[in-house]
Amino acid sequence: MIGKESTAGRATKFTFLGLWLVFIVFPLYWITITSLKAPGDIFAFPIAYWPEHFSLENYSGLFGKADFGVYLTNSLIVATVAAAIATVISMLSAYVLARFEFRTKSALLMAALVTQMIPTFIALGPLYLLMTDLKMVDNRLGLILVYIAVCIPFCTVMLRGFFENIPDALEEAAMIDGLSRFGALFRVLLPVMRPGIIAAFIFNFVNCWNELFLSVTLMNSDSNKTVPTALNGFISSFNIDWGSMSAAAVLTILPTMVLFAFASRHIVQGLTAGAVKG
Amino acid sequence: MPTASTTTSTTQTAKTASAGASGNGGSRPVRKTRPGRRKPEFTARRGFLISLFMAPAAIFVAVFTYYPMIAGSQMAFRHWNLTDLTDTSWVGLQNFRDVFADPAWGTVLSNTAIWVFGSIVPQLVIGFALALWLRRRFRFRGLYQALIFFPWAISGFLIGILFRWMFNSEFGVVNDLLQKVGLIDEPVAWLADPKTAMFAVVVANIWYGVTFFTIMILAALQSIPEELYEASALDGAGKVRTLFQITIPYIRVTLALTVLLRVIWIFNFPDLIFGMTGGGPNNETHIVTTWMIKITQQGDYGRASALGLIVVATLLVFAVFFLLATREKREVKP
Repeated sequence: MIGKESTAGRATKFTFLGLWLVFIVFPLYWITITSLKAPGDIFAFPIAYWPEHFSLENYSGLFGKADFGVYLTNSLIVATVAAAIATVISMLSAYVLARFEFRTKSALLMAALVTQMIPTFIALGPLYLLMTDLKMVDNRLGLILVYIAVCIPFCTVMLRGFFENIPDALEEAAMIDGLSRFGALFRVLLPVMRPGIIAAFIFNFVNCWNELFLSVTLMNSDSNKTVPTALNGFISSFNIDWGSMSAAAVLTILPTMVLFAFASRHIVQGLTAGAVKG
Repeated sequence: MPTASTTTSTTQTAKTASAGASGNGGSRPVRKTRPGRRKPEFTARRGFLISLFMAPAAIFVAVFTYYPMIAGSQMAFRHWNLTDLTDTSWVGLQNFRDVFADPAWGTVLSNTAIWVFGSIVPQLVIGFALALWLRRRFRFRGLYQALIFFPWAISGFLIGILFRWMFNSEFGVVNDLLQKVGLIDEPVAWLADPKTAMFAVVVANIWYGVTFFTIMILAALQSIPEELYEASALDGAGKVRTLFQITIPYIRVTLALTVLLRVIWIFNFPDLIFGMTGGGPNNETHIVTTWMIKITQQGDYGRASALGLIVVATLLVFAVFFLLATREKREVKP
């Protein structure tokens, strides 16, 4: 590999890696421990790093009075559908941007970059009016449509990098063998692209799952709220109920973390394919 | 298409092969790294295919991103206040003047600068170090990698809440730990003092953002051919020289694009501060985009839109300069 490692070098490296791991994991540990304390113990002094008794009271409260299950279901539906559709649509545009030269191409890529610069808040008012006209305010389908648009630019750029890493010869051979361009795309390219597609889907899913401001604006009835909106509801009340809040936080973080844990390797490849190629 | 004849027959599809690739008859197919310079196929059909494939993406982004943004932009030049909706007349640059005349504007700007630079520099340095160290195999590397990637899966808003709880002055674990170690004697009201509050939000953002740099740099490092390092070792180059003369130049494109994207994202990232301090205490931790939220919540859509346009314009100018500054180096890339 790259040179030889001295013992001192190794020691430094693993010390640093260890400290960083503690720094990353501790907040997650802390919120989990807090969520498992009985509501009275959360504010007990001295602070307990390992509670004397564990309690699921915070969690049961969440499902009892706050309908957290409904919010979780809403988030799951919206994020899954939006991420899946956005991935398919981005695949088509990424394919074209990777495989063809045309006059408007750099303008399209710049337009994708500009979407990242637009603060959500400048678009909220007009978007709300537009969705009112479409009769899609407080409607899961409406939120899905908006999220698809949010996901597309970055997902397209990411998948474009993936397509560029696959040699043209692969499709060309398939086309010489008699497949149409569509046939070559779907039967030869897509199977090769699978890691990239999984990474793109997960990235989209996490983005939609975590989105707050659009959801707060567009979903106002309690039965349509997504998880971040519900969390925002907890926080706007003057005193934060830290027990429920930490239980809700754990339930919100858990699904995306499980996805990330399983797919971290794909994500490294997926996110970087585009940037490496420039 | 001058390059088409210098590349090879791999660039020819079945259709174009007969259309005129006389210059490179017999050459062996060589894998091309930059696709897209292919001979155009029959143009109308090709144009149709491009439009067909681009259309869904273009329509979605145009309708749900660009249309609302442009419609929102015109509010920046109108009196548009929820407290007085009878008058939505054109006021020219008045909203912009109001933004700049606001006594808090100076604080908002300097906070934005602290927020962006205070976050991105440590993120880049730590992310780079982690990536260099993660390049080499060690036991449990996969597990380690999965664990330190976790912050990226969490929303900025929720990270704000997480750190708000930890920095809590009475029950916060940060104070408790610092007192146990002996660094402070009595609890610090982190989020109540503007200076420490800004520090706390930046710490939270570093926690969140290092991952992205690690991911991007790690994958770029994996594209560096091992021979380069072997040659450099033969020449007797030390670690530092190898880093600056091989590693960094080789992954320059990735570094530049990652920094560009992150600056844009951090600048335009109100979520974390919104969840952690809500801009408090007394407006002292607002950055431009949280300030925009506050003004929206007060109902002054005109002024909020003016702020939004200032954000877009600033980032656009930054991106153009950044891309121009890094462009020449990109072409040198091996």
